[in-house]
Amino acid sequence: MHDEEVLGKAYDSRLMRRLITYLRPYKKFVAFALFLILFESVLEITFPWLTKIAIDRYIATSNLRGLTVIAAAFVGLLVLKFLCASLQTYTLQNTGQKIMYDMRMQVFQHLQGLAPSFYDKNPVGRLITRVITDVDVLNEMFSADIVSIFGDIFTLLGIMVAILVLNWQLGLVTLSVIPLIVLSTEMFRRKVRDSYRRVRIAIAKINAFLQEHITGMHIVQLYNREQKSFRKFDAVNREHLTANLDGIVAYAWFYPAIELLSSIAIALIIWYGGGKVMAGSLTLGALVAFLQYSRRFFQPIQDMSEKYNILQSAMASSERLFNLIDTPATVVNPVDALKPAGQPLGEIEFRNVWFAYNDDEWVLRDVSFHVSPGESVAIVGHTGAGKTTATSLLTRFYDIQKGEILLDGMNIAKLDLGYLRGSFAVVLQDVFLFSGTLESNIRLGSPISRERVSQAAQDVNLAPFLHTLPMGLDHPVNERGTTLSVGQRQLLAFARALAHDPQILILDEATSSVDTETEIQIRKAIEHLMEGRTSIIIAHRLSTIQRCDKIIVMHKGRVREIGTHQQLLAQRGIYYKLYQLQYKDQEVAVPGD
Amino acid sequence: MLEARPERVSKWAVLARLMAHIRQHKPRLALGLLCIICTNVFLLATPWVTGKYAVDGLQESITRQKLAYYAALIIGLTILQGVFRFFTRMLIIGVSRDVEYTLRNELFQHLESLSLSFYQKNKTGELMSRATNDLSNVRMLLGPGIMYTLNTGLIAAFAIVLMLKISWPLTVFSLLPLPLVSYSVRHFGKGIHDLTEEAQAKLADLSARVQESLAGIRVVKAFVQEKHEVAEFDRMNRSLVDKNRELIRVQSVFYPTMELMIGVAVVIVLWFGGRQVIQGAISVGDFVAFNMYLALLTWPMIALGWVVNLFERGRASMERLNYIFDAPADVRDEPGVRSDFQVEGSIEFRNLSFSYNGAPTLRNISLSIPKGKTVAIVGATGSGKSSLVQLIPRLYDAPPNSLFIDGVPVERIPLETLRRAIGFIPQDTFLFGETIRENIAFGVESASDADVQRSAEISNIHEDVQSFPNKFETMVGERGITLSGGQKQRTAISRAVVRDPKILILDDALSSVDTYTEEQILHELKQVMRHRTSILISHRVSTVKEADEIVVLANGAIVERGTHSELLARNGYYAELHQRQLLEEELESAG
Repeated sequence: MHDEEVLGKAYDSRLMRRLITYLRPYKKFVAFALFLILFESVLEITFPWLTKIAIDRYIATSNLRGLTVIAAAFVGLLVLKFLCASLQTYTLQNTGQKIMYDMRMQVFQHLQGLAPSFYDKNPVGRLITRVITDVDVLNEMFSADIVSIFGDIFTLLGIMVAILVLNWQLGLVTLSVIPLIVLSTEMFRRKVRDSYRRVRIAIAKINAFLQEHITGMHIVQLYNREQKSFRKFDAVNREHLTANLDGIVAYAWFYPAIELLSSIAIALIIWYGGGKVMAGSLTLGALVAFLQYSRRFFQPIQDMSEKYNILQSAMASSERLFNLIDTPATVVNPVDALKPAGQPLGEIEFRNVWFAYNDDEWVLRDVSFHVSPGESVAIVGHTGAGKTTATSLLTRFYDIQKGEILLDGMNIAKLDLGYLRGSFAVVLQDVFLFSGTLESNIRLGSPISRERVSQAAQDVNLAPFLHTLPMGLDHPVNERGTTLSVGQRQLLAFARALAHDPQILILDEATSSVDTETEIQIRKAIEHLMEGRTSIIIAHRLSTIQRCDKIIVMHKGRVREIGTHQQLLAQRGIYYKLYQLQYKDQEVAVPGD
Repeated sequence: MLEARPERVSKWAVLARLMAHIRQHKPRLALGLLCIICTNVFLLATPWVTGKYAVDGLQESITRQKLAYYAALIIGLTILQGVFRFFTRMLIIGVSRDVEYTLRNELFQHLESLSLSFYQKNKTGELMSRATNDLSNVRMLLGPGIMYTLNTGLIAAFAIVLMLKISWPLTVFSLLPLPLVSYSVRHFGKGIHDLTEEAQAKLADLSARVQESLAGIRVVKAFVQEKHEVAEFDRMNRSLVDKNRELIRVQSVFYPTMELMIGVAVVIVLWFGGRQVIQGAISVGDFVAFNMYLALLTWPMIALGWVVNLFERGRASMERLNYIFDAPADVRDEPGVRSDFQVEGSIEFRNLSFSYNGAPTLRNISLSIPKGKTVAIVGATGSGKSSLVQLIPRLYDAPPNSLFIDGVPVERIPLETLRRAIGFIPQDTFLFGETIRENIAFGVESASDADVQRSAEISNIHEDVQSFPNKFETMVGERGITLSGGQKQRTAISRAVVRDPKILILDDALSSVDTYTEEQILHELKQVMRHRTSILISHRVSTVKEADEIVVLANGAIVERGTHSELLARNGYYAELHQRQLLEEELESAG
């Protein structure tokens, strides 16, 4: 989290040029806002001028009618300025929102296209920061910075022109405070940015410390560390305090300094301008207008200074964001992808497949096997045998290094990705549920009718459970489905697979133990799922293994034995030992099978 | 969980805790108030000098020297004003920061005294948010809240008196729009705050959606749902943008509205004041001074509306903070503890039954562990093994008179003495993001390098540590070397061993260590623990077989007990566990 604090350049033309492209679709809005901003600046400059006219022409000459006219004009311009300012802010901010929307879509769409291997390496939390936080930082730049900076510059220039026109000598004298304003504002900005950064780092430290110590509070207490941990907390808390106190000092200096500069301007106007009034070369109204103009220097200079900070963090955010967008998708749809009509037959072959997640650490070594259409295969093996890896290669979650994987005799690397993945229903061991309803979790985003969802739920024996719920299929599921039992979650995953009705089933059976009744329901549901499909099952249940046409035994990345239950038992090899260890007890564990 | 309790004594009574802190800083606050008064006196003198002396003087042809004197006077007054403004901020905001700091320390100290059951009821994220966001809101109430309230009150009082002196009708007319400014800041401020919260909630939803979609990316890809995910994201993205637009609509008229109202006040002065100048009721200098007073009143009026919102937010946050402060430390020393107690190490559970959240977890446990003996506990997940040992260091409280250390009920022993005598290694290894050395020496006041090394050797982590580039100074966690599960467990064992405890408890703390290393560790531990009491929880027969007594738990009750050979002969759960283990080893050794 601390590396996000590193600040780089405030302006990088390469990044800026790329950022500007996001503005392009909204050119008209940007131009409109720019026009309004400039118009607003003109109005801003008009007001002191009006005061001058009021004093010199009407108050000095006791012209009540004229005064009323000018007051009315004043009100009119105020209303105009109100309209300009509202419309301008709305247009700009709204455009910022549209750009944010576009950016988020772009990043998210890109993320959806990246292969699982990318997700193995990048923590989800960091990716969320890209989609949410970094985009937000850029919004600040788009809606507050790029365009309105012109407004600040224009206002400042306008004031300069106005006072020089009023009286160029007094104008120059008054303008002499501007370098001082710029200097003190800039010093303040640096000081505050510095303390602000230290505060943010301190907050991050406080958060990290709390996160750690609240989760590990039992250790703190068991090991009598309360005092020591408190002293450590006190240290980070104090760091936060001192950083803030430094910030207070900066603020405490800044406001009086600005006021002093403002009063120096007033004093100059009184002394030098007053002299001119006495000499008759300046009207009293002009003097009052000068006093008013001198107060309007400060805001645009402070605004511009703030924008520098925004720009700086925007550059850092856009760099991270563009890096992500530029990450190439590793598993992509092949050029001239084969997309056979209709469903595949379901013939699968692994031909001398070698695979490693990291170079040379082979997880699969020379794996070959064949599955005929409609055949069911159980893959068994001890932990780390490579079972799950083998099945995830079929759907091209990862691409293999050596060998070939064939579906209906065609290399899967040449098949259309959508067609390939659409041919399989995958039930993972760790059932992932999305927040939504039971129905939405079965259907996902596919165009499946309510009837079919309901049928699928019945076919996997979810009906008894559904009957206990007042809302049935519309029963809400929270994030990760934590309110459902392990068994219910599995049945739900089966229903999901069944409703999608693919030709080939890949099932990674869960090992978790469930009660007898649920166990029976799960068995029946698996039977139903296997019916009429090519099935590849990473099996943990003896009943499932026995129902399969053949068993592939994997051990340490290799296929070691292939055959039926009886054949393999007779071999007295690895399967025999696995059977003793994992499956034997199940013969008696569940009655009624 | 952290919602405020429904029965509210009085709306502001929640701030009572704060008052105690404010009282401590009375002198600084009083001085701060004095500074505010002085600031405003000098601040309000400037327009008087500019308008009534300088501008009016110009019309009566004053001398150049006099003019220069006024100019210098203006600068002088501003410097004085600035000095007092500087100290105002330093004092009042400084106090608020100090109180924030103290409150945060108190909060952490209180958190340290709360037992495990509190942490199971309350989410970590929420507790953290109390210590940062809510404390910050309270701080805003104290600092800017108090400062601007005083400032606004004083400046308004002084300025209005001076303005009345110039012209009372002009004062009345020109001040008409100002309360509206305060009101609209308050009103808009609240609207903006509420809408911001709603937009934040939408953003959180979107964030959760991204989290889900990316965490479930395998399901998404397996079922070819990328398009649907994008469409769903699109929908939520749009809904967020819509909410933000609502917010923008309010925001984009907020500042312009204020500007308009202030502008109207200025026009009133121009028109009505101009009239009065023409009529000779006031001078041009009065007119100029009046304009300046009006400008000085603008910001305090804006602040007033803002401050009301600060107070409301701060109060709500304090209420949430009080939830933590008011949570009682339920595991603590009761009066009548034996303060001179020394732990020897014998443990006895006497017909102990224990319920957690209303569910009976342990039933009628009677178990006596003499000093220096080793007892092992085995049993299925959820059989109550962990609950049983967690009662010993009082992570939870056992019913009175059911758990004894050296014949004394555990609740009569000072908590600190009790825990100091125990080396507890929990199931989920938890290390801190510090160096390995600091992690090992975590539970002792000071540990020599030799102590740390010796305990690292005992738990068999020493060699691993030597292979790290920074040895014992290697950071655990994110940016350091990632320790394997086994290495973490062994570090956790060192942490317990270095305390030289009378009682050592390993709650399945060797599960990620391979059997060979495990054997070595157990062998070493045996030497160390010869005169101490040990309790081992494990799923592995290899871990427990040498224990003086092995206890099998099922559904919270003891179902088998005896030595390794006695239990094998019984042919029960333990014998079955043993059988499995043998097969597993055989399979492991198969090429």
